[in-house]
Amino acid sequence: MTGADPGQVFREEAAELLADLESALLHLEQNPTDREPLDTAFRALHTIKGSGSMFGFEAAASFTHHLESAFDRMRKGELAATTAMIGIALAAKDHIRILIDDPASADTAVGDGILARLADQSGSAAVSAPLHGERDDEESRATWRVRFRLAPDALERGTNPLLLLDELRGLGEAEIVALTDDVPPLEELDPTRCHIGWELILTTSHPRSTIEDVFIFVIDETELTIEPVSATSEPGVEQEPVPAEMPVPVPAMVAGPAAPKAEPVPEKGRAQPAANSIRVPAERLDDLMDQVGELVIAHARLKQLIADSVDLQIKSVTEEIERLSNGLRDITMGIRMVPVDSLFGRFRRLVRDLSQELGKDVLLTMSGEETELDKTMIERLNDPLVHIIRNSLDHGLEPAAERVAAGKAPQGRIHLSARHAGTRVLMTIRDDGRGLDRERIRAKAEEQELIPPGAKLSDAELFQLIFHPGFSTARALTSVSGRGIGMDVVKRTIDGLRGTIEVSSLPGGGTEITLGLPLTLAIIDGLLVRVGQGRYVIPLFAVEECVELPADVERRHANRNFLNIRGALVPFLRLRDSFAVRHPPDPYQKIVIISSGDKRVGLVVDQVLGDHQTVIKSMSKLHADVANFSGATILGDGSVALILDIAQIVAAGQTQELRREAC
Amino acid sequence: MAKTILAVDDSASMRQMVKLTLSTAGYQVVEAADGREALAKAKSGVFNMVLTDLNMPNMDGLTLIRELRTLASYRGIPIVFLTTESGTDKKAEAKAAGATAWIVKPFQQDQLLGLVRKIIGA
Repeated sequence: MTGADPGQVFREEAAELLADLESALLHLEQNPTDREPLDTAFRALHTIKGSGSMFGFEAAASFTHHLESAFDRMRKGELAATTAMIGIALAAKDHIRILIDDPASADTAVGDGILARLADQSGSAAVSAPLHGERDDEESRATWRVRFRLAPDALERGTNPLLLLDELRGLGEAEIVALTDDVPPLEELDPTRCHIGWELILTTSHPRSTIEDVFIFVIDETELTIEPVSATSEPGVEQEPVPAEMPVPVPAMVAGPAAPKAEPVPEKGRAQPAANSIRVPAERLDDLMDQVGELVIAHARLKQLIADSVDLQIKSVTEEIERLSNGLRDITMGIRMVPVDSLFGRFRRLVRDLSQELGKDVLLTMSGEETELDKTMIERLNDPLVHIIRNSLDHGLEPAAERVAAGKAPQGRIHLSARHAGTRVLMTIRDDGRGLDRERIRAKAEEQELIPPGAKLSDAELFQLIFHPGFSTARALTSVSGRGIGMDVVKRTIDGLRGTIEVSSLPGGGTEITLGLPLTLAIIDGLLVRVGQGRYVIPLFAVEECVELPADVERRHANRNFLNIRGALVPFLRLRDSFAVRHPPDPYQKIVIISSGDKRVGLVVDQVLGDHQTVIKSMSKLHADVANFSGATILGDGSVALILDIAQIVAAGQTQELRREAC
Repeated sequence: MAKTILAVDDSASMRQMVKLTLSTAGYQVVEAADGREALAKAKSGVFNMVLTDLNMPNMDGLTLIRELRTLASYRGIPIVFLTTESGTDKKAEAKAAGATAWIVKPFQQDQLLGLVRKIIGA
């Protein structure tokens, strides 16, 4: 499903509600009779309970339930908002926060301790869940036999029998038995219909009408009988009130939360910092980023205007503005960053479902989930990663028998990781499957005439071929990885994010795909160069070094575009040729060595102008297909500079090398 | 014409979930964060169904349903409560006020969709 993960939305919402709760509690402590903070606190708890249970935060929801009950009683004037009570509520608030943010680290002893103190303060078992033995007025208790059978189509109409049972159990003590005599033989069974009836022996202090009320919305179609059980069925001995900590037997039909531990454990006072978060629409952040971009451009103009000025005061103010605008840029980009955890988390389900579908046992592990990336980027990475993971599961990982035969563990592994590397984030998807089949890729590429027959290719070059549109070596098409529509789409998406893809693979040892991604889509550091009269930006992360083009290269190797960089031959491109510049070249030309993956290419330019904070503007639709450029930026003097697409240019440089080798 | 549903809840995650569930199934969903906003939206448009929470700031679900039932255009429109509340007094009160059905949170998305389909069709 697309869109934000509701669990994440709930986490943000809960953080906000908990902050509301805290300030309401603090307010209440000062003004114990004030109605408004009490309502606010109650509503916050109520929403956390309700939405939490919807989105799988059951532990938080059931814990919150106790606190909510206490606050409900305070609202009704049955309990006072004492300082002790507020202290407990604050501790409970911190615990709820842990239960929502990181349930694994939650200490149940702390939770139970808080609940015990809460029960103590509210002076009754009423705050404990009905499951733990709600004891009402002993004298008026009666035992009822309740039998009900829902209409056969009740499930289709949204009736959930479990909720009815829960509600009935909430009235007192219930022993529940399912009546399965109407369940038809398997071949006639219609799973959408309700074939089961229930019988309860319910001991409660509530009157018969309360039991009937449980069925209020289904009464018209439900067969319901409620009859008192004769007093002799219960021994005449008055029941001893069971202490709250003693577990009451829970009928096996319906699972409930475990009874709290016997010993109230003192709270460790693990104070969490107050949750101070506000939620803003993503578009506002986009607008903010745009404004910051404009500020950066305006600053560049200012800097250019005063470049020749001798007024030291203006210069110092300009530097101050530069410092501030850089800070503002970093903070703005920081606001947009979210941990990749929200992205990785979605794949657990995917891997689980796919491994069942394919009958392969697969273990998914992750590392670096806390690494942060721009929110927009995270959203756009979902589909490519799904493709890659599907491919790994379907083609990469072998069936268990094949793995054992190859001397591997029967369980396949997929590892997702993210980490920072300079100004980029590297995201790796690694499997321990059979690896890419070099011969098949080569055969397929030759068949599709992507490479000349017998061309010498490095592994990395060979593997890049899998990103070619329509390229698929899958022996059999499966419903999982489809018809070779995947990898070229992956490549296009990653290119669109100004990212890079590298593939490495060992026969029998698995495949590793590494995505290199910029931290943000909005502003990059670039190297500004001049070719003829045009100016261009080379993303700084790709730049390795700048050297002078030796004059003798022109004379001696007019047709050989290779340069010897400390013993390694590096192909180079003359950008003036690529861009068809007619302006005469400068006498001393420079070469900027850029790299993409493990490939290096030199770019011959007329002049290196220096580093430049580049606010990326996307190209118009008309120019979107122009090769070699990924965007444009506005320079200080108002002119436009194009941003070079590193992946494409390096590929072009390599092709030139390929052509020569093939000749 | 897609059927339109007014989803009223003060919890954004709940609204999102309801919206996602129903809009994926082809319904058009309009959100409101409390009873007051819902009433204003209900008056300015016509909805085939209203799904509302019970406990909300400004105007709660019961008041909302009573207000809606006074409007001629909402006399026959199904109104369903989605709430954590399972108390029978509240239910009886809701039924008396004119609620069509009652779903207790937590519920499954399929359950919600099934109910909506059952009541107003696809």
